[in-house]
Amino acid sequence: MAVKVRIPTPLQRLTQGKEDVEGAPGTIINLVTELDKSFPGIGERISEGGKIRRFVNIYINEEDIRFLQAEATVVKDGDEVSIVPAIAGGR
Amino acid sequence: MAVVNYLTIPKHIFDEMLLHCKEAYPNETCGILAGKGDEVSKIYTMTNTENSPVSYFMDSKEQFKAIKNMRENNHTMLAIFHSHPSSPAYPSAKDVSLAFYEDCIYVIVSLSASGGKEQPEVNGFLIREGNVRSVSLFIHD
Repeated sequence: MAVKVRIPTPLQRLTQGKEDVEGAPGTIINLVTELDKSFPGIGERISEGGKIRRFVNIYINEEDIRFLQAEATVVKDGDEVSIVPAIAGGR
Repeated sequence: MAVVNYLTIPKHIFDEMLLHCKEAYPNETCGILAGKGDEVSKIYTMTNTENSPVSYFMDSKEQFKAIKNMRENNHTMLAIFHSHPSSPAYPSAKDVSLAFYEDCIYVIVSLSASGGKEQPEVNGFLIREGNVRSVSLFIHD
């Protein structure tokens, strides 16, 4: 059983339309790096300089990683990771 | 995902969206319209965590819950709405730069006419790679 990664619609064109892909166990930032090897371009949409971008939220199961150990949060087989681009703006 | 070029919104949902925007005035607020195809059947009124009259940031926890709820109901996120308390119903530069959901219609509710006491101006847009295109909104009973 691998890590299940839920891909948001804005990034699904980088995953050939797949809503869910398999991720690598380990730290979240490692998972993003590994995802980029399978789906080039997805890494820089999610992270920059080893940090998750401000306007991207990542959940492990039900928890926002910002309230865990952020990029260093460890995911294991059977976990579900959700990538959720923020909704924001203003005049 | 198929992109819709117009949106059909039941009047009670449209009215709930306007009420949510008026209640937040003079701050901006936001939410999600969900459904199938071009037909909206569910509204998620959300919290603007910035509590600001000039910007909004949808509460990410509420957003995550809404996404799960949409998935359970086999709904699609059709539109993202937010209010402009004192500017026209047209995307700002910040709106355009932060429009990550290119398949969604961005609905903007302007309350700039008399603080929203008069009928708000409501417009829909597709925003892709910095380009803004108007789309039609059909309101029905």
